[in-house]
Amino acid sequence: MIPPLALALLAPVAAGLGPSPVTWELTVFVLAIFIGYYVVWQVTPALHSPLMAVTNAISSVIIVGALLAAGASHAAASQGFGFAAVTLAAINIFGGFAVTWRMLGKFRKRKT
Amino acid sequence: MSPDLSALLYLTSAVCFILALRGLSHPETAQKGNVFAITGMVLAVGTTLAQPRMLAFGPIAVGILIGGAIGIAIALRIQMTALPQLVAAFHSLVGLAAVCVATAAFFSPESFGIGTSGHILTGSLIEMGLGSAIGAITFTGSVVAFAKLQGLVSGTPLNLPLQHPLNALLALGIVALLPIFAAAGQASVFFAIVALALALGFLLIVPIGGADMPVVISMLNSYSGWAASGIGFTLHNALLIITGALVGSSGAILSYVMCKGMNRSIFNVIFGGFGSAPGIGGSGTKREQRPVKQGSAEDAAFILKNAQSVVVVPGYGMAVAQAQHALREMADVLKHQGVQIRYAIHPVAGRMPGHMNVLLAEANIPYDEVFELDEINRDFAQTDVAFVIGANDVTNPAAKTDPASPIFGMPVLDVERARTVLFIKRSMATGYAGVDNELFYRDNTLMLFGDAKKVVEGIVKTFG
Repeated sequence: MIPPLALALLAPVAAGLGPSPVTWELTVFVLAIFIGYYVVWQVTPALHSPLMAVTNAISSVIIVGALLAAGASHAAASQGFGFAAVTLAAINIFGGFAVTWRMLGKFRKRKT
Repeated sequence: MSPDLSALLYLTSAVCFILALRGLSHPETAQKGNVFAITGMVLAVGTTLAQPRMLAFGPIAVGILIGGAIGIAIALRIQMTALPQLVAAFHSLVGLAAVCVATAAFFSPESFGIGTSGHILTGSLIEMGLGSAIGAITFTGSVVAFAKLQGLVSGTPLNLPLQHPLNALLALGIVALLPIFAAAGQASVFFAIVALALALGFLLIVPIGGADMPVVISMLNSYSGWAASGIGFTLHNALLIITGALVGSSGAILSYVMCKGMNRSIFNVIFGGFGSAPGIGGSGTKREQRPVKQGSAEDAAFILKNAQSVVVVPGYGMAVAQAQHALREMADVLKHQGVQIRYAIHPVAGRMPGHMNVLLAEANIPYDEVFELDEINRDFAQTDVAFVIGANDVTNPAAKTDPASPIFGMPVLDVERARTVLFIKRSMATGYAGVDNELFYRDNTLMLFGDAKKVVEGIVKTFG
């Protein structure tokens, strides 16, 4: 006897499809956390402020979702929320990269 | 553009973001890292715009133009002392944008390929609810953090009655509503989740005091990443999932570093109410009246000129007084006379991680003269002068010796080991933690009372 849950989980495998998309996404997610963990520990503490500004800018990559909502939908509500999200994310992207640029430009080595 | 090509381009974009963080391992490669980040973003936006399902570009162009103009205008004008509130404000926008995207996906699932209106896939509903909840918490939490940092509301910690049970109730409410939303997918349940999360974000941050803001900003940085990941799961977009995970772990690491700098656990920060303990500090009524040695600018100049090595310990008070430029002038004169000048930075010296490094860099102080606590603490014993400017609690020896002190166990800079400590201070008032500093009464400490900028300018003038 195979329990129903296992059956449900095995269904895509039986059909030759491999694991479900959510499982793949979870795999990517967990591995990315590990990459983030090891890469961020290598960041010098002196640059923790620029790190914060640049991570803030790149987390606005959710603009990808905003663009689809604003430009690929027929529903007015979706277009409205999409437009708002595009504008908000754009403030962050441009502002975040610009302020990171300004900060990093100030770090200079001793003149020899 | 085929789905496979888009996926590969999104992957390239994700790799760019990883390389951007990698670049920050050294100031010399950091700017290159920023270029990688910008490249990744352009690639991500371009790939999305080239999707065959895109219908209209007008509103998108308008949104990007408006947002871009606002963002750049703010970023170019902001003072470096105000960076923490800028970052808090930016975090709130990420949170709000995440809520907007989730809402849009709820109303128009077809455009994202996650079902049809009213028949959204169960998994997508859960992810949507979760993503928007984290986004909403990030939004209101960051707005409160911004208001506190900007001084719009008081930075003193508040202890509201029933604060913890109420927060727990809100969190439980969100968790309980998620499966209900996943089962039926009604709009009312979705908005209830968002409303509870908005309230939770507000109530979580309101009680936290100004001294803990470095931890709070780092935490919200982390949340904004998790929110992006949540949206990535909803939209089945690997780029969003990866980027969110990178940002989420980055913020978590920064929170950890900040907590360690204050010897506190993250739970203690969230549930604490630091600096509100009654009976300590205050307006100095209970403080013992011990004599302190007070010096003039001339005294300080004499001691500095005759030193071989000086370690400057800057705190946020230096930045408030805008004394960093005068400080660099003073350092230039001393360096010219062969005095070795270095700077010692405590992890929580500024109002956000790495803030003090930016403030010193802005005053043209070379980064290779600036050292972290672990790198320089051992050297104080061989240092002639420790020059404390605008810092207080991070130099307090009580953190090492007095178990009764509220800051006991916090890593501190061992300035008292230097031959002479020059301590610039506005008055005898206590620091953020409201604790008296016994360093003031030591024999090798010379207090220089006054505005940090004026005192340093006075010293420079005496050099003549």
